[in-house]
Amino acid sequence: MTTQPATETHTAVAGGHASAEHASAEHGLSTRGYINIALILAAITALEVSTYYVDFGPLFLPALLIMMAVKFVMVVSYFMHLKFDNKLFSWLFYTGLFLAVGVYAAALATFHFFLR
Amino acid sequence: MARQATDTQSGRIMAETATAQPAGTPDAHGAAAHGAHATSTGLSNVKLGMWLFLGSDCLLFGGLISTYMLYRGRVSNGPTPEQVYDIPFTSVSSFVLLMSSLTMVLAVSAAHKRDDRGTNLWLTITALLGATFVGGQVYEFTAFYNEGLGFTTSLFGSSFYTLTGFHGAHVTVGIIMLLALVAINKRSRVPGSKSETVEMIGLYWHFVDIVWIIIFTLVYLIPV
Repeated sequence: MTTQPATETHTAVAGGHASAEHASAEHGLSTRGYINIALILAAITALEVSTYYVDFGPLFLPALLIMMAVKFVMVVSYFMHLKFDNKLFSWLFYTGLFLAVGVYAAALATFHFFLR
Repeated sequence: MARQATDTQSGRIMAETATAQPAGTPDAHGAAAHGAHATSTGLSNVKLGMWLFLGSDCLLFGGLISTYMLYRGRVSNGPTPEQVYDIPFTSVSSFVLLMSSLTMVLAVSAAHKRDDRGTNLWLTITALLGATFVGGQVYEFTAFYNEGLGFTTSLFGSSFYTLTGFHGAHVTVGIIMLLALVAINKRSRVPGSKSETVEMIGLYWHFVDIVWIIIFTLVYLIPV
C-alpha cells in the first residue's frame, strides 16, 4: 500500500462522498417516497381494522392474511432496504423466516390446529 | 492500493478512503464509521450479523405466536379474548408503531446524508413513538388484569402475556438503544460517524414493527 499525496487523497475522499450520496439516492427512496410508503401502510392498516366492523364474509380471513403479508413485505423491502441491498441479506433473513413458518406450521399441524 | 466501491446502504466497504486518508482527519473517521475494513465478502460484517440475528429472531417469535394460536381458546374460567380485547385502542397503538418505522427510516436517511441534527431529531421522535406504544401496552395489560385475566389465569392468558410481553421487551430495548445513540451522537465531533450504527438499530426497530404487524392480525383481528 502506498500513501497518496494530500491533494489526491482529498479528491479520492470527495469522490467517496459523492459516491456515497449517489448510492444513497440509488439504493433507497427519497423522503417523499418513504412518506408515500407509510401512507400506503396506514391505509392498509385502516382496511384491516375495518374488517372488525364490516362483515367481509368468506373473504375475511384471506383478506386479512394478504394485507398482513403486503405490509410485512413493504416494510422489509423499502424501510429495511432489502429490495435495494445485496441479495445475501435477503437470503439470511428469508431463510430464518421460512424456516420458522415451516417448522411451526408442522408443529401446529401435529396438534390438528388446521382441522379445527 | 485496493479500491472498492463506496456504497454504505448496500453494505459494501469503503476500503478506498480507509487506505488513502491520513488518520485523524474527519473524513478518515467518517470512512471508518462506514465499515472501512476489507472483508472477504465485500459486505459489512456488522450488517451480515444483524440480518442473521433478525432471521433467528423469526424463530423465537414464530414459537411464541404458534403457542398463542394453539392455546388462545383455552380460557378455563377466565375471560375470553373477545371479552378483553379493545380493538380501537390497539389499532391506535399499532398505527403509532407503524409511523415510528417512518421516522426511523428518515433517521437512517439523515444519517447517510451526515445530517446529525436531523438524525437526532428523528431518532428522538422514534423513541417517543415507541414509548407511547409501550405505555399503551402497559395500560392494556393493567386493564386486562383488572378484568380478571392474570398471567396464570388460563393458557390463553399465559400465552398472550408471554407473546406480547416479549414483543414489548424488544421495543423497550429498542428505545434504550435509540436514546443511547442520540446521546452518543451528541458527544461525537464527527458528522455522520455513526451512520452504520443508526442503520443497524433501524433494522432492529423495523423488525420489531413487522413482528407487531403479524401479532396485530393473528392475535387481535382474527377471532378464536
